[in-house]
Amino acid sequence: MNLEDLIHQTGEWLKGTGPQSHIVMSSRVRLARNLDKIPFPARANRKDLAEVFSVIEQAIHSNEYFKNTVLLKINEMDNLDRQFLIERHLMSHDHAASGEGKAIVVSEEEILSIMINEEDHLRIQVMQSGFNLFETWKIISMIDDFLSEKICYAFRKDWGYLTACPTNTGTGIRGSVMLHLPALVMTKQINKVLEAIAKLSFASRGFYGEGTQAIGNFFQISNQVSLGHSEEDILQNINGLVKQIVEQEEQARQALLVQNKAILEDKICRSLGILKNAHIISSQETVDLLSMVRLGIDLGIVKDVSTQSINELFIMIQPAHLQKIEGKKLGASERDTKRAELIRQKLEKL
Amino acid sequence: MQCDSCGKKKATVHLTEIIDGQMTEMHICEDCAKERSVQMEQQFGLADLLAGLSDFGKQIKAEEKVKLQCPNCSLSYDDFRKFGRLGCSECYSSFRKHLSTLLKKIHGSNHHLGKTPIQLREKTEAEVQDQDSLPEENSLQILKNKLQQSILAEDFEQAAILRDQIRSSENTQEDA
Repeated sequence: MNLEDLIHQTGEWLKGTGPQSHIVMSSRVRLARNLDKIPFPARANRKDLAEVFSVIEQAIHSNEYFKNTVLLKINEMDNLDRQFLIERHLMSHDHAASGEGKAIVVSEEEILSIMINEEDHLRIQVMQSGFNLFETWKIISMIDDFLSEKICYAFRKDWGYLTACPTNTGTGIRGSVMLHLPALVMTKQINKVLEAIAKLSFASRGFYGEGTQAIGNFFQISNQVSLGHSEEDILQNINGLVKQIVEQEEQARQALLVQNKAILEDKICRSLGILKNAHIISSQETVDLLSMVRLGIDLGIVKDVSTQSINELFIMIQPAHLQKIEGKKLGASERDTKRAELIRQKLEKL
Repeated sequence: MQCDSCGKKKATVHLTEIIDGQMTEMHICEDCAKERSVQMEQQFGLADLLAGLSDFGKQIKAEEKVKLQCPNCSLSYDDFRKFGRLGCSECYSSFRKHLSTLLKKIHGSNHHLGKTPIQLREKTEAEVQDQDSLPEENSLQILKNKLQQSILAEDFEQAAILRDQIRSSENTQEDA
């Protein structure tokens, strides 16, 4: 497996399957881990970073479980490939900057990714389609166990896993659920929901992760607290909160359907119409329109398009993806043309 | 005077901004001012926030703060306060007192209840127990962990017993 194979496949988390996938796009769990005593990446020297890399590389190569993964060094990748991995949600922006010992491990179906020498020595991430936090936890905990057979983790009985930032200390866990909430946005209830999330000490972020705006009516809900509770309890808390938000979104969708059916149908069908016919389109406009079509599929207004193909488009219409598909560098206006062409092709095929 | 921002309401807040030596004056209404203050809060990074929080550490004397340094990675406590990031796993022992308070501020608790790495699972509790603390503190820590667990399990009878044990144990320590 290599990086080029990814462009022709759909990541597991985009499949549009799994529980509540009409509202929950994906579930993700990440664990922050470090090697005992070796300085954390920001304070480590070249030798330390190389040692961390080599210990982790050996741990990965010694376990059969990782045989269908690819390990890539950041320094050996060009900027386009780095951007490509960020767009696929496999890597953070910070990790894309060049640096000694920095690497990424990606599994064949893009369920697993491990960033080596990011803020912590290891950032392990597992993603699944739909509302599946506990299944995701089981997988990542097993992977964590495999690695801890070979790696001496920084750990204290009283404070748990030790991380560069004290906000991750303890379990080092962050569970997040990506929610598509167009009806709560349209009925102007979303701010109340976001306020409640903040009050309960959970974080909400945009589609493209930390520091990004909510676009396409996507919201990522995750825990802030990582110490003082077991991993299962932390995930159970997110689970309970997400369940309530899903119910509210369902109610808002039904209310829209009853009270404003004609307007809603018009909005959704126009969105599909523009996507099927546009020849120049920006990413912002695309994302807004795709969001409406995704809603239309769930409400039975759009019948001949699958959730998976819409989910894929959210990823494929991004700059690095367009350029990798085209096989060359594209300027902003060329990308707008290529994007429209790609969307037309994808929606015509169906 | 009308609000410079929305142009609708009466301006009651008068704001002077200096950006790159360029001074601008703004007269805005209360609602727009609130919105701006939210934006400003968001611009503060996590490091500032943590640096602020870590000041709450119990009675840290100024000179102690400067001197405190991790022998393993040479990060000073002062630098940790500035950047909000620790240098290595040993920093947790080096700045133990201060971090204990900070972790409690951030997470509402400073007792780990999650999983343990495979390599350490076979060791007995005492062996893995925080290596740099005194034996009495160790047993107190175990009691506190048990208390936390019984509260979470809503076993309040057990919790009350543990609470009394912790109290008497803390009293003996103070007397000593």
